[in-house]
Amino acid sequence: MNGGPTSAQSNASPIAIDVKGLTKSFNGREVVHDLSMQVKRGSIYGFLGPNGSGKTTTIRILCGLLTPDSGEGTCLGYDIRRDADKIKRKVGYMTQRFSLYQDLSVRENLEFVARLYGMPDARGAAADMIARIGLKGREEQLAANLSGGWKQRLALGACTLPNPQLLLLDEPTAGVDPKARRDFWNEIHALAAEGLTVLVSTHYMDEAERCHEIAYIAYGHLLAHGTVDEVIAASALSTWTVTGEDFNGLMAELSGKPGVDMVAPFGTSLHVSGRDKAALEAAIAPYRGNSKWRWQPSEPSLEDVFIDLMGRSKDNFQG
Amino acid sequence: MSATDAIRKDEEREPAFGFWRRSYAMLVKEFIQLRRDRVSFAMIIMLPVMQLTLFGYAINTTPRNLPTAVLTQEDTDLGRSILKAMENTAYFHFVREVHTVEEFDDLLQSGKVLFGVEIPRGFERAVRRGDKPALLVAADATDPTAAGSALGTLGPLVQSALAHDLHIGDPPDMPFEIRAHARYNPAADSRLNIVPGLVGTILTMTMLIFTALSVTREIERGTMESLLSMPIKPVEVMFGKIIPYVLVGFIQATLIIAIGILLFGVPVLGSLTLLALLTTLFITTNLSIGYTFSTIVQNQLQAMQLSMMFFLPSILLSGFMFPFAGMPVWAQYIGEGLPLTHFVRIVRAIMLKGAAMPNLQYDTIALVALMLFAMTIAVTRFRRTLD
Repeated sequence: MNGGPTSAQSNASPIAIDVKGLTKSFNGREVVHDLSMQVKRGSIYGFLGPNGSGKTTTIRILCGLLTPDSGEGTCLGYDIRRDADKIKRKVGYMTQRFSLYQDLSVRENLEFVARLYGMPDARGAAADMIARIGLKGREEQLAANLSGGWKQRLALGACTLPNPQLLLLDEPTAGVDPKARRDFWNEIHALAAEGLTVLVSTHYMDEAERCHEIAYIAYGHLLAHGTVDEVIAASALSTWTVTGEDFNGLMAELSGKPGVDMVAPFGTSLHVSGRDKAALEAAIAPYRGNSKWRWQPSEPSLEDVFIDLMGRSKDNFQG
Repeated sequence: MSATDAIRKDEEREPAFGFWRRSYAMLVKEFIQLRRDRVSFAMIIMLPVMQLTLFGYAINTTPRNLPTAVLTQEDTDLGRSILKAMENTAYFHFVREVHTVEEFDDLLQSGKVLFGVEIPRGFERAVRRGDKPALLVAADATDPTAAGSALGTLGPLVQSALAHDLHIGDPPDMPFEIRAHARYNPAADSRLNIVPGLVGTILTMTMLIFTALSVTREIERGTMESLLSMPIKPVEVMFGKIIPYVLVGFIQATLIIAIGILLFGVPVLGSLTLLALLTTLFITTNLSIGYTFSTIVQNQLQAMQLSMMFFLPSILLSGFMFPFAGMPVWAQYIGEGLPLTHFVRIVRAIMLKGAAMPNLQYDTIALVALMLFAMTIAVTRFRRTLD
């Protein structure tokens, strides 16, 4: 092959996204701070973090919608600063807010996208996609009149239509019912199996567990990354699960005690966690004799880990 | 029991001055929003100032110093005295002297002069012989307001000036006659003047607004984010947004011109093809300007306001409503920067004077230049990122 060195590399490299030291500020407020990440080709990479943590900004930098203040990197082998046009051809970006044309029908929206990417048979491609996303029979419905779940499918259909190599999905399942969410994730796994790389931001812990790898970002800082198990292990958090009755009093008493970093109710149980195992045990010792509660050492959940990370980062960066 | 009843009653009771409190809450909110909207705020100041300035200083319905050409077929003292007398009325300002009828007609047709004075060969001798020869004053009457007052002064003012200069007796004994000829619109029918100008005015208003909203609408509806993430270039967005409305504008122009011809009896003396071609150019220029606005403003309200700010001087300074030649120089400079000024000249010249391309070159080039200028700004202003 006599292709340019960049494109040859991009096809050979097993890394789809490789960025270092990304920083971005808006009006003097740093939204993304020194963020570095690598995403393997064909993997589903979950991007987690609280609202306003910089997830959307990072995704927009990756697809060329924002220019980073500093930092560099490549997306599919193309420089994110110089080759935004080339990246746009090969990346499908699904925005957080529905951003297709509300006053166009399903078919017209898809045909618009197909034509914009210069696909030879726009009508055919749109028709195929309508069948694939299960919107047959609704082709002529205006996008504005679709329910949340259908809109989300249409949006996914539109961003996968030009056969991208990388999908950037910004909270794609926000406000969608559980059945639609499950279907959506099955579709994403099917796409990844075909070789597509998917970067998906989400608030849902169960969705994080469906990802091959995750990254946790808060206040613009990337705090943890790896597989779910790696992230949990790296947190070095000890957790006790309490079952029984009358948690309210116990919660109030435990929170703030030295050694107890986090107390969170989970339905009929209570998770008590601490970073220092010995200190935690000392803190809960006075309550373990009480017959009202049953204490059990357990693994921290991903949510425990994230809430702990969030609490810590708040202390560090929001001071 | 009675306590809970009292609480319930309390909850149901309308708070004192409820109407005024709620109105006040709304009022405070509106003021805060108005203060944040800088463009609206500027508009509150700018619009009245602009209107007052334009109406107060720029507009003059009895224009003076109108550009006039002279066709001299003999050079005599009498001829010079007559011209001097005309210039002394302050209505005429001699800008060109020509020696052939063709040049003379051309100047009038292209709108470079509004009047032409012809001193025929053998004029002085005829006066001496007492033949009462005619001095021809041709006026471009496409704009009856501009021509009217100047023509009105011709007889008495010129004659008394001459009487004073040449001591040739009082007006009744004038040794020659002044023959005024209102060209292109001899009946001074104002409809003939207004209908062609209206084509331009209506097109300016509608075309500006069509595209002024186009980019802001995408931003406000959130579709811009999707659009920018796809491989499309600013020029492509611009052409895609302008071209459909060229067709819309063309249909609109056809409608107005057809009504003008059928209902108001306005003639089209020149070439219809040329008219269609230059109208399309004018439509595209306005669409480009509207599109430029939409890349500058932040929301649809601002886009409307900016269009309004552009439309107002277009109407007042283009020569559509008030004589262009009567405006002070600074206002004429502003007028030259408005596409409507050039189109009003073009459309009047083609419809009423039967002008052809050579006479319209300047205004056509001006329209093309304004269009390219607007497009360049639009393409450079178009934000390709969300930064």
